[in-house]
Amino acid sequence: MSNENLPDNGPSVDSHLRRTLLQYAALSPLVGVPALALAQQFPTAKVNTTKLAVTDTEVTVGQLHSGTGTMAISETGSIQAEQLAIDQINALGGVLGRKIKVIKEDGASDWPTFAEKSKKLLVNDKVAAVFGCWTSASRKAVLPIFEKENGMLYYPTFYEGLEQSKNVIYTGQEATQQIIWGLDWAAKEKKAKTYFLIGSDYIWPRTSNKIARKHIETFQKNKVVGEEYYPLGHTNFNSLINKIKVAKPDCIYAIVVGGSNVAFYKQLKAAGITADKQFLLTISVTEDEMLGIGGENAAGFYACMKYFQSLDNPNNKKFVDAFKAKYGAKSVIGDVTQAAYLGPWLWKATVEKAGSFDIDKVAAASPGIEYKEAPEGYVKIHENHHLWSKARLGQIQPDGQYKVVAESPKLIEPDPFPKGYQ
Amino acid sequence: MSLSEIFNISLMQGFAGLSLFSVLLLMGLGLAIIFGQMGVINMAHGEFMTIGAYTIYLTSTLTETYAPALVPMYFPVAIAVAFCLAFLVGWGVEWGVIRHLYRRPLDTLLATWGLSLGMQQIFRSTFGAKEVSPTLPDWLLGSWSPAAGLDIPINGMFVMALTALVTGGVMLALYKSRWGLRVRATVANRPMANAVGINTRKTDRLTFAIGCGIAGVAGAAFTTIGSTGPTSGSLYIVDAFLVVTFGGAASVLGTVVSAFGIAQAQSIAEFFMTGSNAKVLTLLLIVGILMIRPQGLFAAKVRR
Repeated sequence: MSNENLPDNGPSVDSHLRRTLLQYAALSPLVGVPALALAQQFPTAKVNTTKLAVTDTEVTVGQLHSGTGTMAISETGSIQAEQLAIDQINALGGVLGRKIKVIKEDGASDWPTFAEKSKKLLVNDKVAAVFGCWTSASRKAVLPIFEKENGMLYYPTFYEGLEQSKNVIYTGQEATQQIIWGLDWAAKEKKAKTYFLIGSDYIWPRTSNKIARKHIETFQKNKVVGEEYYPLGHTNFNSLINKIKVAKPDCIYAIVVGGSNVAFYKQLKAAGITADKQFLLTISVTEDEMLGIGGENAAGFYACMKYFQSLDNPNNKKFVDAFKAKYGAKSVIGDVTQAAYLGPWLWKATVEKAGSFDIDKVAAASPGIEYKEAPEGYVKIHENHHLWSKARLGQIQPDGQYKVVAESPKLIEPDPFPKGYQ
Repeated sequence: MSLSEIFNISLMQGFAGLSLFSVLLLMGLGLAIIFGQMGVINMAHGEFMTIGAYTIYLTSTLTETYAPALVPMYFPVAIAVAFCLAFLVGWGVEWGVIRHLYRRPLDTLLATWGLSLGMQQIFRSTFGAKEVSPTLPDWLLGSWSPAAGLDIPINGMFVMALTALVTGGVMLALYKSRWGLRVRATVANRPMANAVGINTRKTDRLTFAIGCGIAGVAGAAFTTIGSTGPTSGSLYIVDAFLVVTFGGAASVLGTVVSAFGIAQAQSIAEFFMTGSNAKVLTLLLIVGILMIRPQGLFAAKVRR
């Protein structure tokens, strides 16, 4: 990878570092200080009081995703984005003058394996942070271990909320950030009065639809005319599609995931439900899923995410270019891939603000950390360890990319335990 | 709701049932031949279907790159190629693995399961972990709409026609061809078939390969209605076993009837209750019937 693809030394990330540095050594300007000298400013004994794997030249972190098994389809993008961020940080001199060394573990789409590997990373390898997990099931499996062994997990996926931990930074949206603004947009712009909720049958779609139903019925005073769940991996949706035809909703609200997703959209199209006749809003289809579905099968439908590959801003342009330079021109970047990219950068900024790799200090320093070079624009860590972020509406194009049609005017506050939605 | 709407919905729902029937039958057919005729539990059946799906993806990409004018026509050819590829792999697998394990059914179960994991990882390493979508010819997309409010899926009709063709072919081959005669003789009494000069080993290999080839055709056809990824095959394997076991292992006719029964029960239940409950109800029905008739709906009359 060539250097021109790397983000420049932006003022914001390094500003924390600079402030800390000034306090320590009154050294300026920062730019041009060799890594070694920087490392000497932060002696290992001082930045690492809890016996983490930090030496004078190196800090070890873990990466825990499914490289094999069914979830590899989804998690590959996150693995790539985290590696890209770590490479870029290393090219800029690392964290507190120390290069990041990654230990990669494979959760193999199996939740007990995730738990076992996280224990290995925290207890044997003493990693300073872990970037990983994708499904809620894997996160729930490792959470007690992170809390007991006091580790730090950066979790990238948008998820159902109802969780908050000192030991986790959630870089994806919790449910309300993805759902409420999108539904309001549907009611206002598309004049949708009746909704048909569809989901795969597990915790995330069910919790999300619960929030959606509450919002539609209680706050918008509109109507839910159907709510249906199908087992994961279900491949035949013809009966469901007929039910939709009977109910005639203004809006199909779809949270179908995995291989089912492809079957769902192909069969919708085959049954004559296309964007010119029907408004459909989803929160489970990113550019990654579009690879399998094929743009022509879902063109014109809408998705509510915080990030689309087509976002037009300088940060994102740099990110997309760097990603494609590393992983090939045909690679695509979905919402979660971008959220995974934020993890290492947020961790770097936090460590530099805390002036320490210690987990307790990093956890305490996290609230308020900003990242202005985020491809999605700008993010900030909230007290509850989730991110402030915007919501956006994208319309699916025949090439599988999204056209951004609307954006929330302000950053949306993360609220993992929404009142009135329980 | 007006009367004509009710009529349209009933028609489309009837078609949904028939379409699910042909999908179940097509995925179960290859397995029925292998499991029913040879007693081999082929856990890698789904992966042979995936071979078919990736064949469609490969041929569609090649056609698009080298002969874009032929895109509307490539699909039937690709299905034939899918059969040949899956047939060849099946032939190799029988030679390399299965033939050593005929007397050990539980070991074939383990061996083919291992094989399925291995094949999934090969797909993943070759084509990448992410799903792909083959470019389908336009005539396969969308719906046929003979009247307002009535949409019949074209891909559903295509799968139905293909299923009829393949099932007819298999029936014809089993009951009218020399291979069919040998297969039936081998199933009925292996030592005696050997004694009258039938090369049962060769028959086994051919049967296994044909079963795999049909799985390839099924996988190829399902690219029109489902996903193409390293683990796509595993979406179908449970249903495929369900159809074959319920139908009575040794009978192709049983497979047809069982696919029809399961499909109708499932699609009617789905229309009147939630998807997950419909699945539960269908499975309960099947378990109930299998408790009364453990040999399945149609058991072949075999002297043991």
